[in-house]
Amino acid sequence: MKIDNKTLSQAVNRVVHVGAWIPFIWLLVGYYTNDLTADPIREITLRTGKTSLILLILSLAVTPLMIWFDWKFLAPSRRPLGLYAFIYVCLHLLTFVYLDYGLQWEFIVQGIVEKRFALVGFIAWLLMIPLVITSTKAAQKRLGQRWKQLHKLAYLIGILAIVHYVWLVKNAYTQPLLYGLVLFILLISRWQPIKQRLIEGRQIVKRWTRQRKAAREKTG
Amino acid sequence: MLIKKKKSWHIPASEITPEHLFLSRRQFMQGAAALSLSALLAACGGSKAAETAPVGRAPATNADMTPGVVAETMDELGDKLTSYNDIITYNNYYEFSTDKQAVSRLAAGYLTSPWQVEVGGLVNKPGVYDVDDLKSLFDQEERIYRLRCVEAWSMVIPWIGFPMSQLLELVEPKAEAKYLRFETVYDPDNMPGQKSRWYTWPYVEGLRLDEAMNDLAIFATGLYGKDLLPQNGSPIRVVVPWKYGFKSIKSIVKIELVAQQPTSLWMAAAPNEYGFYANVNPEVNHPRWSQATERRIGELSRRPTLKFNGYEEQVAHLYADMDLRRNY
Repeated sequence: MKIDNKTLSQAVNRVVHVGAWIPFIWLLVGYYTNDLTADPIREITLRTGKTSLILLILSLAVTPLMIWFDWKFLAPSRRPLGLYAFIYVCLHLLTFVYLDYGLQWEFIVQGIVEKRFALVGFIAWLLMIPLVITSTKAAQKRLGQRWKQLHKLAYLIGILAIVHYVWLVKNAYTQPLLYGLVLFILLISRWQPIKQRLIEGRQIVKRWTRQRKAAREKTG
Repeated sequence: MLIKKKKSWHIPASEITPEHLFLSRRQFMQGAAALSLSALLAACGGSKAAETAPVGRAPATNADMTPGVVAETMDELGDKLTSYNDIITYNNYYEFSTDKQAVSRLAAGYLTSPWQVEVGGLVNKPGVYDVDDLKSLFDQEERIYRLRCVEAWSMVIPWIGFPMSQLLELVEPKAEAKYLRFETVYDPDNMPGQKSRWYTWPYVEGLRLDEAMNDLAIFATGLYGKDLLPQNGSPIRVVVPWKYGFKSIKSIVKIELVAQQPTSLWMAAAPNEYGFYANVNPEVNHPRWSQATERRIGELSRRPTLKFNGYEEQVAHLYADMDLRRNY
C-alpha cells in the first residue's frame, strides 16, 4: 500500500503540533512538582531557549530533508515549526524580562544592550517578528518572490541563536558547537553547487534501486 | 570542637535594615500574582527549618539530606541561609560535570578520607598534613558567608572551618613568598569532568599572601554543622567570600607559597574574562554579561550585587591603590 503525500503531511503536522507542546507541559509539571532545580528561573530560561533552538533547527531542516530524500510531504510542517520556535523564544524573553528581572527596565535595557550575549539573542528575536507577521498564505501570495527573500532571514536567525548559545557557556563548547555543526550542514545543503550534487546523488541512488528491483523481478 | 566567635563584621541581623533588597518583595509578588504560575514559584527552593540534633560535627552522606545544627539562621545582613538541600544539590564543580544538577550524583561516594594536603614552596616548615589532624590542630568555627557565583547567582552558606592565617603561621612563609597557589586533586578516573579537553586540569587557584592572611579567608571542612560532601569540595576547600565562587577552590591536595602570581585554570582558559583577583564587583561587568545584579537561590527577585560581596569594610584596603577595572 502506498501512502500519499497528503496523508503523510497531515500525520507529520500532527506530530509537530503535539510534540511542540511537550516541553511546555514538562515545564508545567516541573513547576507543580517543584522540580526545576535550585534556580528555577535559570532552568526555565535554559529550557525555553533550548526548545526554541531545536524547533528553529527543525524548521530549517525541512528543506534539506526534501533535498536529501525527496520528502516533499515535510513542506507543510515548516511553518508550524517556525511559529512554535517563535512562541518558545517569546517565553524565553518573557522569563528574562518578567520572572528574572521583574520588569526593572533600567536593568533589562542594561542587560540587553550592554552585553553582546543578550544582544544577539534579542536581535534574533526581533528578526523573527517580520517572519511571523508574513507567515500567512495571504502574505506569501502578496509578497511573491520577495517573500522568499525575506524568509531567508531564518538562516541569519539560526546563526545568531548559535552565537548566543556559544557566548553563554564558560568554555564547555561541546553542545553549542554540535548544534552549530548541524546548522552548518543544513545551511550548506541549500547552497546551489552542493544542492545540485545532492539532488544528482539522490537520483543516482533512485535509478540504481529501480534497476536492482527490475533485475530481481526478472530473475525471480 | 565547634566554636562560635563573634567578629566585628558579625553584627546582629536585627540592627540592620536590608536596604540592599532593592525590589520590594511584596510589590513583586503582587505583580507575579498576575501570572498563574507565581504561587508555585514561591514553593521552589523553600528552606528547611533547623532541626534539633545533637550539637557537634556530624559526618555527612548524600543519603541523609537533613542539615546539622547551625548557630544562626541569617548572615550579618539579615539574609536567610540557603537551604541545605540546595547547597548540596546545585553545584558548579566541573571536575564532575558542567551540569550543576548532575554533580551531586556523580560525586556521591567519592572517597575523600583519608586525605592529605601538601604545604610547601617558600616556607620554613613545609609539611604534609592529614585533614583530620588539621581539624584537631585548629579550632573549627562557623562562618556564615554569602557566595556569589560569577554566573550571577548567590547563596548564603554556614561554613565550618579555620582561618587560612593559622595554617600559614604554622608553616612560616619566607620573605620572598608573595602568593599562594592551590591545587585540586587530579583523579580523572573518578572525576569524569577532568577528561574534558576544554580545560587544563588540575584546577589551580591563587591568592595574594595578604589576601590569604585576611581574617575572612578560611579553609572550610564542613557546612551546616556537618562535614563537607564531595560535591561541595570535601574534605577541605578554600572560601574567600569577597571573590567570585570560582576562586574558592575545592578538594585541595597542594598548597604552595610562591613568589610569582600563579595562573589559575580560568585565567588560562579565558584570560580576557577571568582575572587573578576576581573580586565581586557590580561596577565591573563580565565581558559577556552584567554583574550588577544577582539571583539569590531560593528567592524570586534579583537583588543588586554588593561591592566585594558586602565585605568592603573588611577587604577594600587590600586593593587601595589598584585599578579594579584592570585588575578584574
